[in-house]
Amino acid sequence: MNVHTTSPQFKRNAARALADTQLQKALGNVKQGFIDKRAKAAAKLPEFEALRDSARDIKNHTLENLDLYLEAYEAKVTASGGHVHFARNAEDARDIILSLCREAGAKTVTKGKSMIAEEIEINDHLEKNGITPVETDLGEYIIQLRHELPSHIIAPAVHLNATQVEQDFRRVHKNLDPNRDLSQPVQLLSEARSVLRERFLAADVGITGANFLVAETGTSVIVTNEGNGDLTQILPKTHIVLASIEKLVPTLEDVSQILRVLARSATGQDMSVYTTFSTGPRRASDADGPENYHVVLIDNGRSAMLGSDFQEMLRCIRCGACMNHCPVYHAVGGHAYGWVYPGPMGAVLTPALIGVDKAGHLPNATTFCGRCESVCPVRIPLPKLMRHWREREFERHLAPATFRSGLAFWSFFAKRPALYRLATRAAMVTLGFAGRHRGRFKWLPLAKGWTKYRDFPAPEGETFQARWKRERSRRPA
Amino acid sequence: MSARDEILANIRRALGVKGTETIRKQIVAERLERAPKGLIPARGQASGEERLAVFKAQAEASLATVTEVTSPAEVPQSIALFLRSHNLPATLRMGDDLRLKAMPWAETSLEISHGPSAGGDLNAVSHAFGGVAETGTLVMVSGPENPSTLNFLPDNHIIVVSSKDIASDYETVWNRVRFTFGKGGMPRTVNWITGPSRSGDIEQTLLLGAHGPRRLHIVVVRD
Repeated sequence: MNVHTTSPQFKRNAARALADTQLQKALGNVKQGFIDKRAKAAAKLPEFEALRDSARDIKNHTLENLDLYLEAYEAKVTASGGHVHFARNAEDARDIILSLCREAGAKTVTKGKSMIAEEIEINDHLEKNGITPVETDLGEYIIQLRHELPSHIIAPAVHLNATQVEQDFRRVHKNLDPNRDLSQPVQLLSEARSVLRERFLAADVGITGANFLVAETGTSVIVTNEGNGDLTQILPKTHIVLASIEKLVPTLEDVSQILRVLARSATGQDMSVYTTFSTGPRRASDADGPENYHVVLIDNGRSAMLGSDFQEMLRCIRCGACMNHCPVYHAVGGHAYGWVYPGPMGAVLTPALIGVDKAGHLPNATTFCGRCESVCPVRIPLPKLMRHWREREFERHLAPATFRSGLAFWSFFAKRPALYRLATRAAMVTLGFAGRHRGRFKWLPLAKGWTKYRDFPAPEGETFQARWKRERSRRPA
Repeated sequence: MSARDEILANIRRALGVKGTETIRKQIVAERLERAPKGLIPARGQASGEERLAVFKAQAEASLATVTEVTSPAEVPQSIALFLRSHNLPATLRMGDDLRLKAMPWAETSLEISHGPSAGGDLNAVSHAFGGVAETGTLVMVSGPENPSTLNFLPDNHIIVVSSKDIASDYETVWNRVRFTFGKGGMPRTVNWITGPSRSGDIEQTLLLGAHGPRRLHIVVVRD
């Protein structure tokens, strides 16, 4: 697949991000806001942990029977007057969407927030073919003005500060009074509201994503707080839904279970403001709503994840909790990851979708602290899956030579316990002695990667195994 | 091979199945037919006054405002008062909902118009299909009675809900949807609405009135 990515340059991206003061200021908002809100919402609902189990089980059951649920879903959409189109990959999807837009005679297309739309780079494709796509989620609108990728899957412009948004609005909204006051965020919001309101009313086609597809009824579900997704889909003549195949759930009861953990995990709301269930085009008696309803079901690498070590990743409901709790994401932000999906979920999904040869740095950029797994509403074992990518990377000889030889050196000792104990004891005694005054090292041979950024603490002169043995022998068995 | 068949074949190969297994087909058909309930939180599981109190508290937590009236006949006066107290013009857009139409609007000085919104309406009123106490959520179904555009285009959205339609949980409302529209049948759109429109996209600051209504006002009719 030919994608635009800077994931191979993760290290350079990360270094740049760490030096970017605007970005670092904006990232402070993630650390403070999201974690606290989720914790409060979870604490308020005694059944929250059990609902996470339930959500996990529903997604597992659906994935195990995905072929059958897809067929059931397709039949229901068709019966309600809608159309289902299957796309093997991004190119298929782009072709289908463009031809649907042309059929509708579209000049402008409004868009609700959709990560799969970013993945298939539909905006560029439409633009190249003379159709203007307009992002309507406030965050997406802002990054579209800046020609950037989202830096977060639910808060696309989280890397920006209000003053940057003000500059963009002044640059783009040229027909407005240049002396207007935009010093408050609320003024920025109301300007975007009035600019986009005209776009909503003029659009020929509305494209939304889908948080879920319900097999029982042939329904697509979107979840928003702004209401932009709804204006995108009820005003134009044609509504196109983009969804990857793993969005399926069996029934309305199942989607209700998962919705109980989605918003709480994402923004700490009990429920998002607008949860919308759409089934087919407008009915004969309806006074409004789209006349045409199309669903583009996109595989783009998902079916290859089924039955593999990475199947569990397909449970992901895109809440963003993993990145909100990730110390690496807090440090470098979303753009450093170099493609559409950042944070821990991106570190697992990106190698699966664009190749571990391009995205191998991502599953390596982790401390394995485990916070992502501990907050994942569908209990995806993200650290384990990242470890699987490291194994793949090693097997395929993609890891750098120094890394491989270092690991070979270590494994030589690790496979010989007596030698290992001897060598580590010698090393600890030496390091402990050398560092006995300062308690840390500013520089160590072969450890520049560590000491360039922080001191290396001096060991106390004893190995963990030796101490373990000593402590154990003290305690009565 | 069509893209559809290729994708299904890939899925089946990956899962090690054929798609013809009787047991799998049975399990899936049964789940779709029975739609088993999962875990229902205790929060909304109360009846009468207590359930209504949970609904109100949750709706207010979502930044909606709630008022109660004791009969449908009191709704127009209550809405007129709401609009006046917020210095809003005395205009109101609504669909063809018979419950709304039967209310004595002539007793107020409100200027009433009917039909979907094209974007020019400041105030609208809709009648909810139901409510959910658990999260203070209103359930709206599309149709000429309550056009979907009224839920999103006006600045001020007023929703009338009958207290007997406020359920403990979403699942109870889905059962009513199935009873009304037939099993597996759905209106074009079901909207769950929990509070007024908002965005946190600029510096994580919560701001109301992003693209949808800036105000959501709920009138509960006790019956």
